[in-house]
Amino acid sequence: MEENVTVWEVFIQSKNGLAHKHAGNVHASDKVMALDNARELYTRRNEGSCIWVVKSEYIVSSETEDSEAFFDPSNDKMYRHPTFYTMPEGSKHI
Amino acid sequence: MNEKYFQERIDAEKKIEPKDWMPDDYRKHLIRQISQHAHSEIIGMQPEGNWITRAPSLRAKMILLAKVQDEAGHGLYLYSACETLGISREKLVQQLHEGKAKYSSIFNYPTLSWADMGAVGWLVDGAAIVNQVSLQRTSYGPYSRGMVKICKEESFHQRQGYEIMAEMAKGTAEQKAMAQDALNRFWWPSIMMFGPQDSDSPRSGNAMKWKIKRQTNDALRQDFIDKTVGQAEVIGLTIPDPDLKWNEERQSYDFGEMDWEEFWSVVNGNGPCNKQRLAHHKKAYDQGKWVRDAAKAYAKKQELVAN
Repeated sequence: MEENVTVWEVFIQSKNGLAHKHAGNVHASDKVMALDNARELYTRRNEGSCIWVVKSEYIVSSETEDSEAFFDPSNDKMYRHPTFYTMPEGSKHI
Repeated sequence: MNEKYFQERIDAEKKIEPKDWMPDDYRKHLIRQISQHAHSEIIGMQPEGNWITRAPSLRAKMILLAKVQDEAGHGLYLYSACETLGISREKLVQQLHEGKAKYSSIFNYPTLSWADMGAVGWLVDGAAIVNQVSLQRTSYGPYSRGMVKICKEESFHQRQGYEIMAEMAKGTAEQKAMAQDALNRFWWPSIMMFGPQDSDSPRSGNAMKWKIKRQTNDALRQDFIDKTVGQAEVIGLTIPDPDLKWNEERQSYDFGEMDWEEFWSVVNGNGPCNKQRLAHHKKAYDQGKWVRDAAKAYAKKQELVAN
């Protein structure tokens, strides 16, 4: 069996000004090929204005199973939301 | 404990992601199903590729090329989803070549006339869409996301096939006969694409419990038949089943017995094109080896230069 080819994660910006969004991955031996393959695979219908490719091995992910504990610190800080505050009656544009 | 937590997530319609704990059999079932699905897309390029050079117009040729390229893309989405389960693409291809992994039996039938491009798009892609729409709700995240992407692209495939059939059906008597002949040959294999009847389908129990599959083979098949009968009537073609008739009570079509002996014979390697399809895939893979080797050597050299 042949040795595995490098896997690259693909991020596509659908329109100028928007954020890049994860689309999937491609196999490629180098970065130029990764970009070409990503274009052929993920933008056959004009879905993009810019593509990023990143070697999958460089992606670091949090664990779904630990998500409760991991995101816990933000749960009890309701004062980060604007609805937390009481505004004086009659005040406008705030 | 793990298994209970897993089932609770499934029951709550939560998606399972690659790094989540999952039962071994869930993983195995997914690898078998997704790889079979991926191989089907890839092998499925052959019966249509057969007509690219002989398409009757430039328009038809461009459309067919785009469609076959889409099938390649769909195969790659699915291989990617399958790899997240911890199996390499190289291994998946090896399993196909060794006959350990299957692909949809429908692609072991030959495409004898241009009308077959119509029948394949209309019926084979039509049946695949019914299955894939249902699989958008599958419990495994990467598979589900792949299905969403594929469904978005697939409906052009079915419409181009139906357009070919409609054109031929209103053409000369000879053209209409070709369209009818294509329908006659592809109808039964298409409805058997949904797999054995529920009563003979030993694997569906867990697949339904784990929500890998969301509807049974028989339910999907009925859905496809109910959608398709009217489409045949509109273009003046006849579905080759004398027992096909509307059941007022069920609000569905009753249909005749499927030939399961033929189905299993084709699954087990005795269809008209099994050997040819696999031999062609192996040949293309072997002939591409020098390209893969060269690409790897080039990448290695670039790394050396950079360091």
